[in-house]
Amino acid sequence: MSELVEKIESEEVSAPKGSLIFRKIWHLRLGVIGGLVILALLLTAIFCPLLAPHDPYAQNISNRLKPPVWMEKGDWKHLLGTDHLGRDLFSRILYGSRISLVVGISAAILMAIMGVGLGLFAGYYGGQVDSVISFFVNCMMGFPFILLAMSLVAVLGPSLQNIIITLALTSWPVFTRVTRVETMKLREREFILAATSLAYETWRILLHHILPNLLPSILVLGTVEIARAIILESLLSFLGLGIQPPIPSWGAMLAEGRNYMLMQWWLAAFPGSAIFLSALGINLLGDALRDMTDPHLRKS
Amino acid sequence: MNMARVQAQELLRVENLKKHFPIRKGVLGRTVGYVYAVDGVSFGMQAGKTLGLVGESGCGKSTMGRCLLRLHEPTSGRIFFDGQDITRMGHSELIRLRTQMQMIFQDPYSSLNPRLRVSEIVGEALRVHHLVPRRDWANRVEELLKNVGLQADHMARYPHEFSGGQRQRIGIARALAMQPKLIVADEPVSALDVSIQAQVINLLESLKDRFGFSYLIIAHDLSVVEHVSDRIAVMYLGKLVEVASDKQLYLNPKHPYTEALLAAVPVAAPGGRQRRSQRKLLKGDVPSPIQPPSGCRFHTRCPRMMEICTLKEPPTIQVEPGHWVYCFFYG
Repeated sequence: MSELVEKIESEEVSAPKGSLIFRKIWHLRLGVIGGLVILALLLTAIFCPLLAPHDPYAQNISNRLKPPVWMEKGDWKHLLGTDHLGRDLFSRILYGSRISLVVGISAAILMAIMGVGLGLFAGYYGGQVDSVISFFVNCMMGFPFILLAMSLVAVLGPSLQNIIITLALTSWPVFTRVTRVETMKLREREFILAATSLAYETWRILLHHILPNLLPSILVLGTVEIARAIILESLLSFLGLGIQPPIPSWGAMLAEGRNYMLMQWWLAAFPGSAIFLSALGINLLGDALRDMTDPHLRKS
Repeated sequence: MNMARVQAQELLRVENLKKHFPIRKGVLGRTVGYVYAVDGVSFGMQAGKTLGLVGESGCGKSTMGRCLLRLHEPTSGRIFFDGQDITRMGHSELIRLRTQMQMIFQDPYSSLNPRLRVSEIVGEALRVHHLVPRRDWANRVEELLKNVGLQADHMARYPHEFSGGQRQRIGIARALAMQPKLIVADEPVSALDVSIQAQVINLLESLKDRFGFSYLIIAHDLSVVEHVSDRIAVMYLGKLVEVASDKQLYLNPKHPYTEALLAAVPVAAPGGRQRRSQRKLLKGDVPSPIQPPSGCRFHTRCPRMMEICTLKEPPTIQVEPGHWVYCFFYG
């Protein structure tokens, strides 16, 4: 009885619409934080020429290795100090967001197109087609990433678009696995049988009937893969396989700052934090997206 | 009577249809056995009539229905639709076939794509197969929805906004869009509330009167097909056991399995049916279709089992005109 009363009361509390929206936001608070981080990242990437106090390429040897503003010998001209060539670290980090976002988003889109396409075929046709594609996916997943990435960069040459291609070529199998399993589940549903009995072409069934039902999963996986691509880009750049100097990439900046880590720690710490924060933000947003598209959680 | 004319009226003829699903095991996918889902079924069906196909769940009746549209490839046997053998059709002929034969599905929650609007679910086929000129598309979709008792303003909604009965109506409208000659309805009401079942059955009836197509209605419950069928075929474990007109079957059931099915139909009033006092309910479960019993498949549960039933397949016996039974008892 008291349980019932409690239930009725709690329903009354949630009745006004305003509080419901608030509760939803509270439920997804981490996602909202992630979203704000991503928004800030996007705005930075778009408006960095306006926000950056200095030209990210302008060198000034006499002004090199200056500490951030709050330390001794730091000044307001260089908010986060300068690097070994006297370039303004703050401006370079702002510009670095462009590289990270472009690489992350385009690599994720490219790998989604490749992975989802193969996954749809494997899941829909099954049998031999599935065996061949699944075997290929397993081979790809078992292959060491660095080795594959190094060979690809060696063949293609290091440039922005080749980094994107490399990341896509090494990471698409995750999409294939997810798409394949979900397609197999959907294929058994009666609306796919209905589409077959309505004599629709296979491409229409795949793209118009199955794919829209996969979008939530693909979207969630996509956000996670954007974060992963950003981290992998900095890893490649750190190893010298990625974005070449003097273009400001967070990974390349981390690599350059490594030599000065003991005395001038800020050279490595700030680009590192930028990578960490954006990857965390995207992952939080991805989690929230998953919760929102999951009908079981949506009801509560 | 002219034989050719009889042939022309026959819309569907199934000859010795078999569908065996292989059971694969191990790394190499060796076939270790078969599920004999449909195992030698033959029947005919007249244009403009309704055939009810009845049997317990797992007896192969849905597989049968899907074979007719070649959603499953039959293992052997032949299916003639409008005089054409559809088991040997190529891809392009198959597309033409499917515009003449449509299906209504059992589960209205699984049979509608949750991501498509109702207008798209019902009207996509019109566009894909160029069934109406582009400018008439919306009007035609509206008309189809009205035919099944839905309103024009339902067009822009998604399936989850509808009840089970309404969803089933959408599924029916989708089948109507193709203007088929034959509609295979696979348990069209078994997923619905009892109060809605009658509505949907009545809708199917009235649509048949208006558009003149034929139905194959698959059900596990005789009371569902009772009112709508002209003829009824009873199926047990992949084989037919009795085919008769609805009156013959209800008033004069011959096969012991049919009798048991009739006895299992619930009666509203106590003592409302005379046979009730002597009803013969079946004991035990349906045997596995992987290893069906020898001889007559029903012998393991049959109250009239004889020795011969375990040894030989029962013959087809015509007990009265248009009433066939597959049982030694009448031989």
